[in-house]
Amino acid sequence: MKNCKEFLNELTDYLDGTMTEAVRAELDEHLHWCHDCHVVLNTTKKTIEIYRDNTIYELPERLRVQLQQAIITKCKSTKVVRKSSE
Amino acid sequence: METIQNKAGEDVSSELALVQAAKKGDLEAFSGLVKRYDRNIFRIAQHITHNEDDAQDVVQEAFLKAYQNLDQFQGNSKFYTWLVRIAVNEALMKLRRRRSDKTVSLDEDVVTEEGAMPREVADWSPNPEQLYGQSELGDILKKTIQGLPPGFRTVFVLRDVEGLSTEETAEMLGLSIPAVKSRLLRARLQLRERLAKYFKSKKGGDGQP
Repeated sequence: MKNCKEFLNELTDYLDGTMTEAVRAELDEHLHWCHDCHVVLNTTKKTIEIYRDNTIYELPERLRVQLQQAIITKCKSTKVVRKSSE
Repeated sequence: METIQNKAGEDVSSELALVQAAKKGDLEAFSGLVKRYDRNIFRIAQHITHNEDDAQDVVQEAFLKAYQNLDQFQGNSKFYTWLVRIAVNEALMKLRRRRSDKTVSLDEDVVTEEGAMPREVADWSPNPEQLYGQSELGDILKKTIQGLPPGFRTVFVLRDVEGLSTEETAEMLGLSIPAVKSRLLRARLQLRERLAKYFKSKKGGDGQP
């Protein structure tokens, strides 16, 4: 039977679904009776979803165009020595 | 097929064609790579530097360096993985310059115990995002992730925000897979702990922080 510390150590693999069936079954068993770990699991899952769904650093379109132009201008004026290998 | 998709890492065959053309000096092709990934690089750079000017510089410098060193891109990893690695290094350099201790690295703060064991176990509201307006929520999310050590937030952003695999993240950051996993766990738990004070359910008599 897994305890809370062991459950936490496996939390990332549990959330990512990267574990064996046997380990998952043991963790599910722990979740059945441990309310605290159940809350930690759900709120950690929610934490990931909130960060994934709410893009907090979006590149504004106007700035994006300026950056693209600046990059290509710099590339044009840069000297690139290409090896003749390919 | 010439379809260009926004999601990082997809449509590898046309990406490879763009890289090959860019290697021969085709700037139109390189511009295609810039348009494909500039948003992602900007987001990652912002998360690491927390400074919009620095993030803009990182976008420019990362793409310029990529262009100048395309010969060194071997094609045995994805172009995006290679590009992010350059961008992360640039972003960490910016961060170091702004911090007096000059010691910022992906390895720092791994000994911190914060978040190792959850203290906050009150359940959250059913729809925590709806407790706040969009801009207020954005401020909360920014403030919260800014409090994480750079090594933690970088791993979190690559894995959970950008959706890259553990293996890709490890390769980009030059870390081992167990190191990525342990940072990811800490980052997730610390964020959860810090967000709890904004999102926990008011029902059940839990006091305000």
